[in-house]
Amino acid sequence: MTGTILAVITVNKERIAGGAPIFIESTHESMQQTAFTLEKILDAMVHEVSKDTLIIVRHK
Amino acid sequence: MFKELLANEFVVPLTIGFVFGIMCRINLLRTDYRQYPTYPHGKIIHVSLGVIASALGALAVPALLKENYTAVTFLTVAAQQFRDVRNMERTTLTEIDKQELVPRGGPYIEGIAMVFEGRNYMVIFTSLVATTATILFNWWGGIIAGVIALLISRKLRSGKTLSLIAETSPAEVRVEGKDLYVGDIYIMNVGLEDAQNIIREHGVGFIVSPKDANAKVTIAHPGQRQAILHDVATQLGVYTDTGEPSLTPLVKRDLQSGRLGVFLLPQEKDAEHGKQVIDAVPILESVFRMPQKTKLAKKEL
Repeated sequence: MTGTILAVITVNKERIAGGAPIFIESTHESMQQTAFTLEKILDAMVHEVSKDTLIIVRHK
Repeated sequence: MFKELLANEFVVPLTIGFVFGIMCRINLLRTDYRQYPTYPHGKIIHVSLGVIASALGALAVPALLKENYTAVTFLTVAAQQFRDVRNMERTTLTEIDKQELVPRGGPYIEGIAMVFEGRNYMVIFTSLVATTATILFNWWGGIIAGVIALLISRKLRSGKTLSLIAETSPAEVRVEGKDLYVGDIYIMNVGLEDAQNIIREHGVGFIVSPKDANAKVTIAHPGQRQAILHDVATQLGVYTDTGEPSLTPLVKRDLQSGRLGVFLLPQEKDAEHGKQVIDAVPILESVFRMPQKTKLAKKEL
């Protein structure tokens, strides 16, 4: 199963860089909210990399 | 006219063979929870092909007795024809599978397609046996042979189920932050809190432990695992939708012991029923492995 990172959502913008679109949020709640919205839009799964960062991954 | 027809020595054998062939196909054509073949058109297709198959089987021996040896080449045409049946079923099921919430998976589809081809050969076999026996021993011989052939084909109808090679027991679904476990087996990373709550509420877990080394290899096959998920989803429903990738039922393997952690999201949360369904999942023919049959692996794997 190969996955593609479609987006990154974080509250800690210093630690994030790279090719996928990055969404910077101020609180954990808004991070969850954005992740929820993006999951439904992109039909891809939300994974937690660390407490401060979520990624949206399309599997297959 | 009718008298002339009966004067032909092969009318009775052909009729008995033909009838037994069709009976065999109808006997083997059963639509269960999988709802496949579909009713009515799927059934019409397969009964018609069964009629053709039984005609071919019934004709073979009388044709040889009439010294019409080339007629046997018809059987090769038949084989070609029924290979196409397999192709047809495979194509249809693969198309349907693309839109399935929980897909069957390739090996399951291959298994079903293979069954359709195989059953047509069973029909040929039955009508061949019934016709030959009628020619050799009169009509009652044909009927006895036909009934025996029907019983044999009935015995070959159903394959083995998972309960033969593995033990299923309910296990707790745990969501520890982002990590989802069934019992002690790690399943996946769920980042969305909303999805975590749904899983806590609706998730059901099972541990499938293999009974021996053969079983360990067989249930490790991803095709077999997908078959488990699909069967449970068709029978217990599934609490998910398109565009809900976090709510995906999944089977993961514990590498050390070869046990499977089955994570399900059934519409009805009933552990006992779920266990029965998993026990009854067919073991896919193309996935079944027997590493213990080799001389090399006499030692425990």
